[in-house]
Amino acid sequence: MARPLHLRTVLLIAVMVIAGPLGNALLSKGMKQVGMPAFWPIGGLLHAAALILSNKFVWLGIASLLTFFIANLLVLSYADYSFVQPASSAAYGVVALLGYFLLGEHVSLLRWAGIAVICVGVLVVGRTNPRTETASLTSV
Amino acid sequence: MLQGVLFFLIVVAGTGGELCVSRAMKQTGEAKSFHPAEILRVILRGARIPWMWMGIALMTVAFFSLLGALSLYAVSFVVPVTALSYLAGALGSKLFLKEEVSKERWIGVLLVTVGVTLVFLGKH
Repeated sequence: MARPLHLRTVLLIAVMVIAGPLGNALLSKGMKQVGMPAFWPIGGLLHAAALILSNKFVWLGIASLLTFFIANLLVLSYADYSFVQPASSAAYGVVALLGYFLLGEHVSLLRWAGIAVICVGVLVVGRTNPRTETASLTSV
Repeated sequence: MLQGVLFFLIVVAGTGGELCVSRAMKQTGEAKSFHPAEILRVILRGARIPWMWMGIALMTVAFFSLLGALSLYAVSFVVPVTALSYLAGALGSKLFLKEEVSKERWIGVLLVTVGVTLVFLGKH
């Protein structure tokens, strides 16, 4: 029988699901203001870096993604990567919601249907044990 | 062409980076609490492992590719396309980290990937 998810795992994945998409949405807003930077030659790269790093939405996005990264590191210290990555996929739904409500992006019906399928997939993954090594040991 | 290169780098470098970080974190051991000192201790222990730096380098490449893609396309288009990393991630977990991936988990990964693909197809 699958072990129920620990509260700590649920909390960390919730932080990942909110902070990750919010970071991407903020970066998107910032990068739309900056425009596609010229990454080459080296002078262009430095100019691009200066433009990107002077945008406040980019910094807010980076802060949000750092929060996501720390939660990701902590959960990866005891749960398998193949569990963590799909479980955090609800972020796809959240990013579409943020794109729609915050950035005014058009999201088609097919895309919303896809989000529903993602949620089902997340539920299936959430039913599996977050630590395969422990599962195999305790089942002996 | 540019779109293909950007998404390739986001998916391949991003997944490769996460796998490297995951491998490093397995060597640091489990975080015992959410206390800042404990979090810092785990991160510093991870910083001594070469896999962590390899992971960070790959994730940096993926991040700048993501910035480039976000400057051109909608976030609700860019992020779903990166779902190809689910396939790369599951295969990488199995082959690189030697993790056991259960049948049920494979079904979940497949459903998530199908869903995200629909999101991608419905871009118009």
